[in-house]
Amino acid sequence: MFDPRLVRGDIPEMQRIINGRPLTYLDSGASSLTPRTVIEAMDRYYQNHHANVHRGVYQTANEATAIYEGARDAAARFLNAPGGADEIVFTKNATESFNLLARSWGATFLSPGDVVLVSEMEHHANIVPWFQLRESHGVEVRFIPVGDDYRLDLRNIEELMHGVKLVSVTGMSNVLGTINPIRDLADMAHAHGALIAVDGAQSVSHLPTDLVDLDIDFLAFSAHKMLGPTGLGIFWTREEILNAMPPFLGGGGMIKDVSVDGFIPASGPTRFEAGTPPIAETAGFTAAVRYLEGLGMAHVAAYEKELTGDALTRLALEFDGRVRVIGPADTLERGGVISLDVEGVHPHDVAQVLDQFGVCVRPGHHCAKPLMKRFGLAATARASFGPYSSVGDTDVLLEALTHAVEMFA
Amino acid sequence: MSNLDDLYREIILDHYRSPRNRGELAPPAHHVQGFNPLCGDEIEVYALIEDGVLKDIKLTGHGCSISQSSSSLMSAAVKGKPIVQVRETIATFKQLMTVHEDQLGDDATAHAPDVEADIRRLGELAALAGVVKFPVRIKCATLAWNTLTQALDEASA
Repeated sequence: MFDPRLVRGDIPEMQRIINGRPLTYLDSGASSLTPRTVIEAMDRYYQNHHANVHRGVYQTANEATAIYEGARDAAARFLNAPGGADEIVFTKNATESFNLLARSWGATFLSPGDVVLVSEMEHHANIVPWFQLRESHGVEVRFIPVGDDYRLDLRNIEELMHGVKLVSVTGMSNVLGTINPIRDLADMAHAHGALIAVDGAQSVSHLPTDLVDLDIDFLAFSAHKMLGPTGLGIFWTREEILNAMPPFLGGGGMIKDVSVDGFIPASGPTRFEAGTPPIAETAGFTAAVRYLEGLGMAHVAAYEKELTGDALTRLALEFDGRVRVIGPADTLERGGVISLDVEGVHPHDVAQVLDQFGVCVRPGHHCAKPLMKRFGLAATARASFGPYSSVGDTDVLLEALTHAVEMFA
Repeated sequence: MSNLDDLYREIILDHYRSPRNRGELAPPAHHVQGFNPLCGDEIEVYALIEDGVLKDIKLTGHGCSISQSSSSLMSAAVKGKPIVQVRETIATFKQLMTVHEDQLGDDATAHAPDVEADIRRLGELAALAGVVKFPVRIKCATLAWNTLTQALDEASA
Protein backbone atom coordinates (compact mmCIF):
# COMPACT_ATOMS: atom_id res chain seq x y z
CA MET A 1 0.00 0.00 0.00
CA PHE A 2 0.95 3.55 -0.69
CA ASP A 3 2.96 5.50 1.88
CA PRO A 4 3.60 9.17 1.00
CA ARG A 5 6.59 9.31 3.38
CA LEU A 6 8.30 6.64 1.31
CA VAL A 7 7.46 8.55 -1.88
CA ARG A 8 9.01 11.71 -0.40
CA GLY A 9 12.13 9.71 0.41
CA ASP A 10 12.38 8.73 -3.25
CA ILE A 11 12.48 12.38 -4.43
CA PRO A 12 15.96 13.94 -4.10
CA GLU A 13 14.62 17.51 -4.47
CA MET A 14 12.60 17.06 -1.28
CA GLN A 15 15.90 17.58 0.56
CA ARG A 16 16.14 21.20 -0.61
CA ILE A 17 16.07 24.02 1.92
CA ILE A 18 14.52 27.20 0.52
CA ASN A 19 14.89 30.45 2.48
CA GLY A 20 15.76 28.41 5.56
CA ARG A 21 12.71 26.18 5.32
CA PRO A 22 12.28 22.67 3.90
CA LEU A 23 10.85 22.70 0.39
CA THR A 24 7.04 22.66 0.32
CA TYR A 25 6.36 21.85 -3.30
CA LEU A 26 2.80 22.66 -4.28
CA ASP A 27 3.24 23.18 -8.02
CA SER A 28 2.78 19.65 -9.37
CA GLY A 29 0.12 21.00 -11.71
CA ALA A 30 2.90 22.82 -13.56
CA SER A 31 5.53 20.08 -13.27
CA SER A 32 5.99 17.17 -10.90
CA LEU A 33 9.14 16.39 -8.95
CA THR A 34 11.32 13.51 -10.10
CA PRO A 35 11.93 10.22 -8.29
CA ARG A 36 15.50 8.94 -8.06
CA THR A 37 14.68 5.89 -10.26
CA VAL A 38 13.65 8.24 -13.09
CA ILE A 39 16.87 10.24 -12.84
CA GLU A 40 18.91 7.02 -12.66
CA ALA A 41 17.21 5.57 -15.74
CA MET A 42 18.16 8.65 -17.77
CA ASP A 43 21.64 8.58 -16.28
CA ARG A 44 22.05 4.90 -17.26
CA TYR A 45 21.23 5.76 -20.86
CA TYR A 46 23.98 8.39 -21.01
CA GLN A 47 26.45 6.24 -19.03
CA ASN A 48 25.98 3.00 -20.93
CA HIS A 49 23.60 3.03 -23.86
CA HIS A 50 24.03 6.41 -25.57
CA ALA A 51 23.55 5.92 -29.31
CA ASN A 52 20.95 7.07 -31.78
CA VAL A 53 17.84 4.99 -32.25
CA HIS A 54 16.68 2.91 -35.22
CA ARG A 55 18.68 1.48 -38.12
CA GLY A 56 21.82 0.99 -36.03
CA VAL A 57 23.46 -2.39 -36.39
CA TYR A 58 25.88 -2.19 -33.47
CA GLN A 59 24.92 -3.29 -29.98
CA THR A 60 24.48 0.02 -28.14
CA ALA A 61 22.29 1.38 -30.96
CA ASN A 62 20.09 -1.65 -30.52
CA GLU A 63 20.00 -1.03 -26.77
CA ALA A 64 19.00 2.61 -27.31
CA THR A 65 16.27 1.51 -29.72
CA ALA A 66 15.01 -1.03 -27.17
CA ILE A 67 14.87 1.73 -24.52
CA TYR A 68 12.97 4.03 -26.87
CA GLU A 69 10.50 1.45 -28.15
CA GLY A 70 10.13 0.04 -24.64
CA ALA A 71 8.69 3.38 -23.55
CA ARG A 72 5.95 2.96 -26.15
CA ASP A 73 5.08 -0.38 -24.60
CA ALA A 74 5.07 1.19 -21.12
CA ALA A 75 2.73 3.97 -22.25
CA ALA A 76 0.36 1.55 -23.97
CA ARG A 77 0.23 -0.65 -20.86
CA PHE A 78 -0.25 2.31 -18.50
CA LEU A 79 -3.18 3.66 -20.56
CA ASN A 80 -4.61 0.26 -21.58
CA ALA A 81 -4.38 1.37 -25.21
CA PRO A 82 -6.62 -0.96 -27.24
CA GLY A 83 -4.16 -1.22 -30.14
CA GLY A 84 -0.99 -1.37 -28.05
CA ALA A 85 2.34 0.39 -28.63
CA ASP A 86 1.65 1.17 -32.30
CA GLU A 87 -0.83 3.81 -31.16
CA ILE A 88 1.68 5.79 -29.06
CA VAL A 89 3.39 8.80 -30.70
CA PHE A 90 6.16 10.68 -28.88
CA THR A 91 6.11 14.46 -29.11
CA LYS A 92 7.84 17.28 -27.24
CA ASN A 93 4.98 17.96 -24.82
CA ALA A 94 1.17 17.90 -24.56
CA THR A 95 1.02 21.19 -26.46
CA GLU A 96 2.82 19.67 -29.44
CA SER A 97 0.43 16.71 -29.26
CA PHE A 98 -2.49 19.12 -29.71
CA ASN A 99 -0.72 20.86 -32.57
CA LEU A 100 -0.16 17.46 -34.20
CA LEU A 101 -3.87 16.72 -33.80
CA ALA A 102 -4.95 20.07 -35.30
CA ARG A 103 -2.36 20.30 -38.09
CA SER A 104 -2.49 16.69 -39.21
CA TRP A 105 -5.92 15.23 -38.42
CA GLY A 106 -7.76 18.57 -38.25
CA ALA A 107 -6.32 20.02 -41.44
CA THR A 108 -7.04 16.77 -43.30
CA PHE A 109 -10.45 15.75 -42.04
CA LEU A 110 -12.15 19.04 -41.13
CA SER A 111 -13.82 21.28 -43.73
CA PRO A 112 -14.83 24.95 -43.56
CA GLY A 113 -17.81 25.30 -41.23
CA ASP A 114 -17.08 22.09 -39.29
CA VAL A 115 -17.21 22.72 -35.57
CA VAL A 116 -14.55 21.95 -32.97
CA LEU A 117 -16.21 22.02 -29.55
CA VAL A 118 -13.85 22.88 -26.70
CA SER A 119 -14.69 24.20 -23.24
CA GLU A 120 -14.22 27.45 -21.39
CA MET A 121 -11.92 25.71 -18.90
CA GLU A 122 -9.32 24.63 -21.49
CA HIS A 123 -5.62 25.33 -21.31
CA HIS A 124 -4.44 27.54 -24.22
CA ALA A 125 -2.83 24.39 -25.69
CA ASN A 126 -6.34 23.14 -26.47
CA ILE A 127 -7.61 26.50 -27.74
CA VAL A 128 -4.94 28.25 -29.78
CA PRO A 129 -4.24 25.37 -32.27
CA TRP A 130 -7.99 25.37 -33.07
CA PHE A 131 -8.01 29.14 -33.58
CA GLN A 132 -5.05 28.65 -35.92
CA LEU A 133 -7.05 25.99 -37.78
CA ARG A 134 -9.96 28.43 -37.95
CA GLU A 135 -7.66 30.90 -39.72
CA SER A 136 -6.19 28.37 -42.13
CA HIS A 137 -9.20 26.07 -42.74
CA GLY A 138 -12.28 28.01 -41.73
CA VAL A 139 -13.43 25.67 -38.96
CA GLU A 140 -15.70 27.03 -36.25
CA VAL A 141 -14.48 26.93 -32.64
CA ARG A 142 -17.28 26.66 -30.11
CA PHE A 143 -17.09 26.67 -26.33
CA ILE A 144 -18.98 24.63 -23.72
CA PRO A 145 -19.62 27.16 -20.93
CA VAL A 146 -18.50 26.65 -17.33
CA GLY A 147 -21.19 27.06 -14.67
CA ASP A 148 -21.03 28.91 -11.38
CA ASP A 149 -20.37 25.52 -9.77
CA TYR A 150 -17.05 25.45 -11.68
CA ARG A 151 -18.22 22.49 -13.78
CA LEU A 152 -19.08 22.18 -17.48
CA ASP A 153 -22.58 23.51 -18.08
CA LEU A 154 -24.03 20.74 -20.26
CA ARG A 155 -27.66 21.93 -20.20
CA ASN A 156 -27.54 23.03 -23.84
CA ILE A 157 -25.13 20.37 -25.02
CA GLU A 158 -27.53 18.97 -27.65
CA GLU A 159 -27.72 22.40 -29.26
CA LEU A 160 -23.94 22.91 -28.93
CA MET A 161 -23.28 19.55 -30.63
CA HIS A 162 -24.85 20.70 -33.91
CA GLY A 163 -22.24 20.45 -36.68
CA VAL A 164 -19.52 19.26 -34.31
CA LYS A 165 -16.84 17.00 -35.79
CA LEU A 166 -14.51 17.01 -32.80
CA VAL A 167 -15.07 17.52 -29.08
CA SER A 168 -11.79 18.46 -27.38
CA VAL A 169 -11.89 18.84 -23.60
CA THR A 170 -9.66 18.49 -20.58
CA GLY A 171 -9.84 15.48 -18.30
CA MET A 172 -9.09 17.70 -15.32
CA SER A 173 -8.94 21.49 -15.21
CA ASN A 174 -5.46 22.84 -14.41
CA VAL A 175 -7.07 25.81 -12.65
CA LEU A 176 -10.27 24.52 -11.01
CA GLY A 177 -9.35 20.91 -10.35
CA THR A 178 -12.71 19.92 -11.87
CA ILE A 179 -12.74 16.38 -13.28
CA ASN A 180 -14.90 16.22 -16.40
CA PRO A 181 -17.31 13.36 -17.28
CA ILE A 182 -15.19 12.10 -20.17
CA ARG A 183 -17.03 8.82 -20.78
CA ASP A 184 -20.39 10.66 -20.99
CA LEU A 185 -18.92 13.24 -23.35
CA ALA A 186 -17.40 10.47 -25.48
CA ASP A 187 -20.78 8.75 -25.78
CA MET A 188 -22.40 12.07 -26.65
CA ALA A 189 -19.77 12.90 -29.28
CA HIS A 190 -20.00 9.46 -30.89
CA ALA A 191 -23.82 9.62 -30.94
CA HIS A 192 -23.45 12.79 -33.02
CA GLY A 193 -20.89 11.24 -35.34
CA ALA A 194 -18.05 13.29 -33.83
CA LEU A 195 -14.70 12.20 -32.39
CA ILE A 196 -13.40 13.23 -28.98
CA ALA A 197 -9.93 14.36 -27.88
CA VAL A 198 -8.90 14.65 -24.23
CA ASP A 199 -6.25 16.86 -22.66
CA GLY A 200 -4.78 14.44 -20.14
CA ALA A 201 -1.99 16.72 -18.88
CA GLN A 202 -3.56 16.84 -15.41
CA SER A 203 -5.74 13.74 -15.40
CA VAL A 204 -3.26 11.09 -16.59
CA SER A 205 -0.85 12.07 -13.79
CA HIS A 206 -3.39 11.92 -10.98
CA LEU A 207 -6.18 9.50 -11.97
CA PRO A 208 -6.32 6.00 -13.45
CA THR A 209 -6.68 6.24 -17.24
CA ASP A 210 -8.16 3.29 -19.13
CA LEU A 211 -8.59 4.06 -22.81
CA VAL A 212 -10.88 1.09 -23.37
CA ASP A 213 -13.24 2.27 -20.61
CA LEU A 214 -13.08 5.95 -21.60
CA ASP A 215 -13.80 5.15 -25.28
CA ILE A 216 -12.14 8.35 -26.48
CA ASP A 217 -10.34 8.90 -29.79
CA PHE A 218 -7.35 11.11 -28.98
CA LEU A 219 -5.31 11.76 -25.83
CA ALA A 220 -2.52 14.27 -25.22
CA PHE A 221 -0.31 14.50 -22.13
CA SER A 222 3.28 15.07 -21.05
CA ALA A 223 5.82 13.04 -19.10
CA HIS A 224 7.00 15.87 -16.84
CA LYS A 225 3.68 16.17 -15.05
CA MET A 226 3.69 12.45 -14.16
CA LEU A 227 7.05 12.21 -12.35
CA GLY A 228 8.91 11.91 -15.65
CA PRO A 229 11.36 14.23 -17.42
CA THR A 230 10.65 17.41 -19.39
CA GLY A 231 10.86 17.37 -23.19
CA LEU A 232 8.62 14.38 -23.82
CA GLY A 233 4.94 14.44 -24.70
CA ILE A 234 2.59 11.65 -25.71
CA PHE A 235 -0.07 11.62 -28.40
CA TRP A 236 -2.39 8.65 -28.56
CA THR A 237 -5.06 7.80 -31.09
CA ARG A 238 -6.69 4.63 -32.44
CA GLU A 239 -4.52 2.79 -34.92
CA GLU A 240 -6.98 3.23 -37.82
CA ILE A 241 -7.12 7.00 -37.26
CA LEU A 242 -3.36 7.26 -36.80
CA ASN A 243 -2.68 5.45 -40.07
CA ALA A 244 -4.98 7.85 -41.94
CA MET A 245 -3.25 10.97 -40.57
CA PRO A 246 -0.56 12.56 -42.76
CA PRO A 247 2.83 13.41 -41.23
CA PHE A 248 3.10 16.73 -39.39
CA LEU A 249 6.85 17.40 -39.28
CA GLY A 250 9.02 16.19 -42.14
CA GLY A 251 12.59 14.93 -42.00
CA GLY A 252 14.69 11.92 -41.12
CA GLY A 253 13.17 8.92 -39.40
CA MET A 254 9.63 9.55 -40.61
CA ILE A 255 9.95 8.15 -44.12
CA LYS A 256 9.66 4.82 -45.87
CA ASP A 257 11.38 6.17 -48.99
CA VAL A 258 12.77 9.44 -50.36
CA SER A 259 13.88 10.13 -53.92
CA VAL A 260 14.43 13.29 -55.98
CA ASP A 261 10.77 13.01 -56.92
CA GLY A 262 9.30 12.96 -53.43
CA PHE A 263 8.83 10.84 -50.33
CA ILE A 264 6.67 8.08 -48.90
CA PRO A 265 6.01 8.39 -45.16
CA ALA A 266 6.71 5.53 -42.79
CA SER A 267 3.75 3.69 -41.37
CA GLY A 268 2.88 3.68 -37.68
CA PRO A 269 3.82 6.21 -35.03
CA THR A 270 7.35 6.87 -36.34
CA ARG A 271 5.93 8.86 -39.26
CA PHE A 272 5.21 11.60 -36.69
CA GLU A 273 8.64 11.44 -35.09
CA ALA A 274 10.95 13.27 -37.51
CA GLY A 275 14.53 13.76 -36.41
CA THR A 276 16.38 12.33 -33.42
CA PRO A 277 13.81 11.99 -30.65
CA PRO A 278 14.34 12.54 -26.91
CA ILE A 279 15.81 9.13 -25.99
CA ALA A 280 17.02 9.56 -22.41
CA GLU A 281 13.63 11.09 -21.67
CA THR A 282 11.87 7.94 -22.84
CA ALA A 283 14.06 5.95 -20.44
CA GLY A 284 12.94 8.32 -17.66
CA PHE A 285 9.33 8.08 -18.78
CA THR A 286 9.36 4.28 -18.56
CA ALA A 287 10.79 4.52 -15.05
CA ALA A 288 8.09 7.05 -14.09
CA VAL A 289 5.37 4.75 -15.43
CA ARG A 290 6.82 1.86 -13.44
CA TYR A 291 6.98 4.04 -10.35
CA LEU A 292 3.34 5.08 -10.68
CA GLU A 293 2.30 1.49 -11.42
CA GLY A 294 4.07 0.51 -8.22
CA LEU A 295 2.05 3.07 -6.27
CA GLY A 296 -1.15 2.23 -8.16
CA MET A 297 -3.01 5.12 -9.80
CA ALA A 298 -6.18 4.30 -7.85
CA HIS A 299 -4.19 4.72 -4.61
CA VAL A 300 -2.65 7.96 -5.88
CA ALA A 301 -6.11 9.33 -6.76
CA ALA A 302 -7.60 8.30 -3.40
CA TYR A 303 -4.69 9.76 -1.44
CA GLU A 304 -4.73 13.08 -3.30
CA LYS A 305 -8.49 13.27 -2.82
CA GLU A 306 -7.99 12.92 0.94
CA LEU A 307 -5.31 15.65 0.92
CA THR A 308 -7.54 17.94 -1.17
CA GLY A 309 -10.55 17.43 1.11
CA ASP A 310 -8.47 18.25 4.17
CA ALA A 311 -7.01 21.38 2.54
CA LEU A 312 -10.42 22.62 1.31
CA THR A 313 -11.95 22.16 4.78
CA ARG A 314 -9.12 23.95 6.55
CA LEU A 315 -8.99 26.81 4.04
CA ALA A 316 -12.70 27.40 4.58
CA LEU A 317 -12.39 27.21 8.39
CA GLU A 318 -9.24 29.20 9.02
CA PHE A 319 -9.69 32.24 6.82
CA ASP A 320 -13.33 33.08 7.31
CA GLY A 321 -13.95 33.84 3.65
CA ARG A 322 -10.80 35.91 3.14
CA VAL A 323 -9.29 33.12 1.06
CA ARG A 324 -11.67 31.99 -1.66
CA VAL A 325 -11.18 28.74 -3.56
CA ILE A 326 -11.83 29.10 -7.30
CA GLY A 327 -13.09 25.59 -7.95
CA PRO A 328 -15.51 23.01 -6.55
CA ALA A 329 -15.76 23.23 -2.75
CA ASP A 330 -15.98 19.46 -2.23
CA THR A 331 -13.92 16.55 -3.53
CA LEU A 332 -16.64 15.05 -5.71
CA GLU A 333 -15.14 14.68 -9.21
CA ARG A 334 -12.34 17.01 -8.23
CA GLY A 335 -8.57 16.68 -8.23
CA GLY A 336 -5.80 18.24 -6.14
CA VAL A 337 -5.53 21.59 -7.88
CA ILE A 338 -6.54 24.44 -5.57
CA SER A 339 -6.72 27.94 -7.03
CA LEU A 340 -6.85 30.69 -4.43
CA ASP A 341 -8.11 34.23 -4.51
CA VAL A 342 -6.89 36.01 -1.38
CA GLU A 343 -8.88 39.12 -0.54
CA GLY A 344 -6.76 42.26 -0.92
CA VAL A 345 -3.61 40.39 -1.89
CA HIS A 346 -2.56 40.00 -5.50
CA PRO A 347 -1.60 36.40 -6.46
CA HIS A 348 1.97 37.50 -7.23
CA ASP A 349 2.30 38.92 -3.75
CA VAL A 350 0.79 35.75 -2.27
CA ALA A 351 3.32 33.62 -4.14
CA GLN A 352 6.18 35.96 -3.14
CA VAL A 353 5.33 35.76 0.56
CA LEU A 354 4.85 31.98 0.34
CA ASP A 355 8.28 31.62 -1.26
CA GLN A 356 9.82 32.97 1.94
CA PHE A 357 8.35 29.93 3.69
CA GLY A 358 9.77 27.59 1.05
CA VAL A 359 6.27 27.13 -0.38
CA CYS A 360 6.07 26.80 -4.18
CA VAL A 361 2.73 27.87 -5.62
CA ARG A 362 2.08 29.36 -9.04
CA PRO A 363 0.55 32.81 -9.55
CA GLY A 364 -0.96 33.82 -12.86
CA HIS A 365 -3.60 32.94 -15.43
CA HIS A 366 -2.31 29.35 -15.79
CA CYS A 367 -2.65 29.57 -19.59
CA ALA A 368 -6.43 29.58 -19.23
CA LYS A 369 -7.34 33.20 -19.93
CA PRO A 370 -10.91 32.52 -21.18
CA LEU A 371 -11.60 30.77 -17.85
CA MET A 372 -10.06 33.64 -15.86
CA LYS A 373 -12.25 36.08 -17.74
CA ARG A 374 -15.32 33.90 -17.09
CA PHE A 375 -14.79 34.38 -13.35
CA GLY A 376 -13.66 38.01 -13.57
CA LEU A 377 -10.11 37.30 -12.42
CA ALA A 378 -6.74 38.36 -13.82
CA ALA A 379 -4.92 35.64 -11.93
CA THR A 380 -5.03 33.17 -9.04
CA ALA A 381 -2.41 31.66 -6.76
CA ARG A 382 -2.55 27.92 -7.41
CA ALA A 383 -1.46 25.14 -5.07
CA SER A 384 -1.43 21.63 -6.55
CA PHE A 385 -0.64 18.25 -5.03
CA GLY A 386 1.32 15.23 -6.18
CA PRO A 387 1.69 11.72 -4.74
CA TYR A 388 4.60 12.96 -2.56
CA SER A 389 2.52 15.77 -1.01
CA SER A 390 1.47 15.54 2.62
CA VAL A 391 -0.80 17.13 5.20
CA GLY A 392 2.41 18.74 6.47
CA ASP A 393 2.60 20.67 3.18
CA THR A 394 -0.90 22.00 3.82
CA ASP A 395 0.18 23.03 7.35
CA VAL A 396 2.99 25.18 5.93
CA LEU A 397 0.73 26.53 3.18
CA LEU A 398 -1.79 27.72 5.78
CA GLU A 399 0.92 29.19 8.01
CA ALA A 400 2.36 31.14 5.06
CA LEU A 401 -1.09 32.22 3.83
CA THR A 402 -1.91 33.55 7.31
CA HIS A 403 1.28 35.61 7.16
CA ALA A 404 0.35 36.96 3.71
CA VAL A 405 -3.15 37.91 4.82
CA GLU A 406 -1.84 39.69 7.94
CA MET A 407 0.92 41.47 6.07
CA PHE A 408 -1.45 43.10 3.60
CA ALA A 409 -4.33 43.65 6.05
CA MET B 1 11.68 37.42 6.72
CA SER B 2 14.37 40.09 6.19
CA ASN B 3 14.28 39.73 2.41
CA LEU B 4 10.53 40.06 2.39
CA ASP B 5 10.70 43.21 4.54
CA ASP B 6 13.11 44.69 1.99
CA LEU B 7 10.52 44.15 -0.72
CA TYR B 8 7.37 45.07 1.14
CA ARG B 9 8.47 48.25 2.95
CA GLU B 10 5.78 49.98 4.98
CA ILE B 11 5.71 52.88 2.47
CA ILE B 12 4.98 50.40 -0.33
CA LEU B 13 2.15 48.74 1.57
CA ASP B 14 0.75 52.17 2.43
CA HIS B 15 0.70 53.27 -1.21
CA TYR B 16 -0.83 49.90 -2.18
CA ARG B 17 -3.63 50.23 0.37
CA SER B 18 -4.22 53.95 -0.29
CA PRO B 19 -3.04 54.78 -3.79
CA ARG B 20 -2.43 58.48 -4.50
CA ASN B 21 -3.71 60.30 -7.59
CA ARG B 22 -6.12 57.53 -8.47
CA GLY B 23 -8.61 58.36 -11.23
CA GLU B 24 -8.93 59.68 -14.76
CA LEU B 25 -8.41 63.00 -16.54
CA ALA B 26 -10.41 64.26 -19.52
CA PRO B 27 -8.69 65.39 -22.74
CA PRO B 28 -6.50 67.30 -23.51
CA ALA B 29 -4.74 65.05 -20.95
CA HIS B 30 -2.81 62.25 -22.68
CA HIS B 31 -4.06 58.76 -21.97
CA VAL B 32 -1.79 55.72 -22.32
CA GLN B 33 -2.32 52.09 -21.32
CA GLY B 34 0.47 49.81 -20.14
CA PHE B 35 0.27 46.03 -19.86
CA ASN B 36 2.41 43.30 -18.45
CA PRO B 37 1.12 40.38 -20.52
CA LEU B 38 2.88 37.82 -18.36
CA CYS B 39 1.02 38.61 -15.15
CA GLY B 40 -1.97 40.55 -16.46
CA ASP B 41 -1.07 43.76 -14.64
CA GLU B 42 -2.56 46.84 -16.26
CA ILE B 43 -1.93 50.54 -15.69
CA GLU B 44 -3.55 53.56 -17.33
CA VAL B 45 -1.77 56.88 -17.12
CA TYR B 46 -3.51 60.23 -17.68
CA ALA B 47 -1.00 63.06 -18.03
CA LEU B 48 -1.96 66.73 -18.39
CA ILE B 49 0.96 68.70 -19.78
CA GLU B 50 0.91 72.51 -20.01
CA ASP B 51 3.81 74.85 -20.77
CA GLY B 52 6.41 72.11 -20.31
CA VAL B 53 5.05 71.15 -16.92
CA LEU B 54 3.24 67.96 -15.85
CA LYS B 55 0.31 69.88 -14.37
CA ASP B 56 -1.63 66.81 -13.31
CA ILE B 57 -1.38 63.04 -13.39
CA LYS B 58 -3.93 60.35 -12.57
CA LEU B 59 -3.68 56.57 -12.73
CA THR B 60 -6.01 53.60 -12.82
CA GLY B 61 -5.43 49.89 -13.27
CA HIS B 62 -4.93 46.72 -11.33
CA GLY B 63 -2.04 44.55 -10.37
CA CYS B 64 0.25 43.43 -7.60
CA SER B 65 1.35 45.58 -4.66
CA ILE B 66 4.65 46.41 -6.36
CA SER B 67 3.12 47.63 -9.64
CA GLN B 68 0.34 49.57 -7.91
CA SER B 69 2.50 51.16 -5.20
CA SER B 70 5.16 52.04 -7.77
CA SER B 71 2.56 53.87 -9.87
CA SER B 72 1.25 55.70 -6.80
CA LEU B 73 4.75 56.67 -5.62
CA MET B 74 5.59 57.79 -9.16
CA SER B 75 2.55 60.02 -9.39
CA ALA B 76 3.41 61.69 -6.10
CA ALA B 77 7.01 62.24 -7.22
CA VAL B 78 6.33 63.75 -10.64
CA LYS B 79 3.09 65.70 -10.26
CA GLY B 80 3.52 69.43 -10.89
CA LYS B 81 7.15 69.05 -11.99
CA PRO B 82 8.70 70.40 -15.22
CA ILE B 83 8.89 67.66 -17.90
CA VAL B 84 12.70 67.89 -17.97
CA GLN B 85 12.78 67.05 -14.29
CA VAL B 86 10.16 64.30 -14.70
CA ARG B 87 12.36 62.64 -17.32
CA GLU B 88 15.37 62.87 -15.00
CA THR B 89 13.40 61.18 -12.22
CA ILE B 90 12.32 58.43 -14.63
CA ALA B 91 15.93 57.88 -15.69
CA THR B 92 17.14 57.73 -12.09
CA PHE B 93 14.41 55.32 -11.12
CA LYS B 94 15.08 53.06 -14.10
CA GLN B 95 18.76 53.07 -13.09
CA LEU B 96 17.72 51.97 -9.61
CA MET B 97 15.78 49.08 -11.15
CA THR B 98 18.69 47.87 -13.27
CA VAL B 99 20.42 44.76 -12.01
CA HIS B 100 24.15 44.82 -12.56
CA GLU B 101 25.92 41.51 -12.58
CA ASP B 102 28.31 42.55 -9.81
CA GLN B 103 25.35 43.25 -7.57
CA LEU B 104 23.80 39.81 -7.78
CA GLY B 105 23.77 38.00 -4.49
CA ASP B 106 23.50 39.49 -1.03
CA ASP B 107 24.70 42.94 -2.05
CA ALA B 108 21.97 43.43 -4.61
CA THR B 109 21.06 46.83 -3.21
CA ALA B 110 24.63 48.09 -2.75
CA HIS B 111 24.95 50.68 -5.49
CA ALA B 112 27.94 52.79 -6.44
CA PRO B 113 28.31 56.06 -4.42
CA ASP B 114 27.00 58.30 -7.25
CA VAL B 115 23.94 56.05 -7.57
CA GLU B 116 23.46 56.20 -3.79
CA ALA B 117 23.24 59.98 -4.10
CA ASP B 118 20.64 59.64 -6.84
CA ILE B 119 18.64 57.23 -4.70
CA ARG B 120 18.63 59.77 -1.84
CA ARG B 121 17.18 62.33 -4.25
CA LEU B 122 14.35 59.91 -5.02
CA GLY B 123 12.99 60.26 -1.49
CA GLU B 124 10.09 57.88 -0.82
CA LEU B 125 10.68 56.19 -4.17
CA ALA B 126 13.86 54.70 -2.76
CA ALA B 127 11.59 52.34 -0.81
CA LEU B 128 11.32 50.37 -4.07
CA ALA B 129 15.09 49.74 -4.13
CA GLY B 130 14.58 46.29 -2.54
CA VAL B 131 12.76 45.12 -5.68
CA VAL B 132 16.06 44.43 -7.49
CA LYS B 133 16.64 41.54 -5.08
CA PHE B 134 13.62 39.92 -6.72
CA PRO B 135 14.45 40.16 -10.45
CA VAL B 136 11.09 38.77 -11.65
CA ARG B 137 9.34 41.67 -9.91
CA ILE B 138 11.33 44.45 -11.62
CA LYS B 139 8.86 44.50 -14.50
CA CYS B 140 6.09 45.10 -11.95
CA ALA B 141 7.90 48.15 -10.57
CA THR B 142 8.75 49.67 -13.95
CA LEU B 143 5.36 49.23 -15.65
CA ALA B 144 3.97 52.63 -14.59
CA TRP B 145 7.23 54.38 -15.45
CA ASN B 146 7.39 52.92 -18.95
CA THR B 147 3.77 53.89 -19.47
CA LEU B 148 4.44 57.47 -18.32
CA THR B 149 7.46 57.66 -20.65
CA GLN B 150 5.20 56.64 -23.52
CA ALA B 151 2.68 59.34 -22.56
CA LEU B 152 5.44 62.00 -22.49
CA ASP B 153 6.80 60.83 -25.84
CA GLU B 154 3.34 60.96 -27.40
CA ALA B 155 2.75 64.44 -25.98
CA SER B 156 5.98 65.78 -27.46
CA ALA B 157 5.52 64.03 -30.81
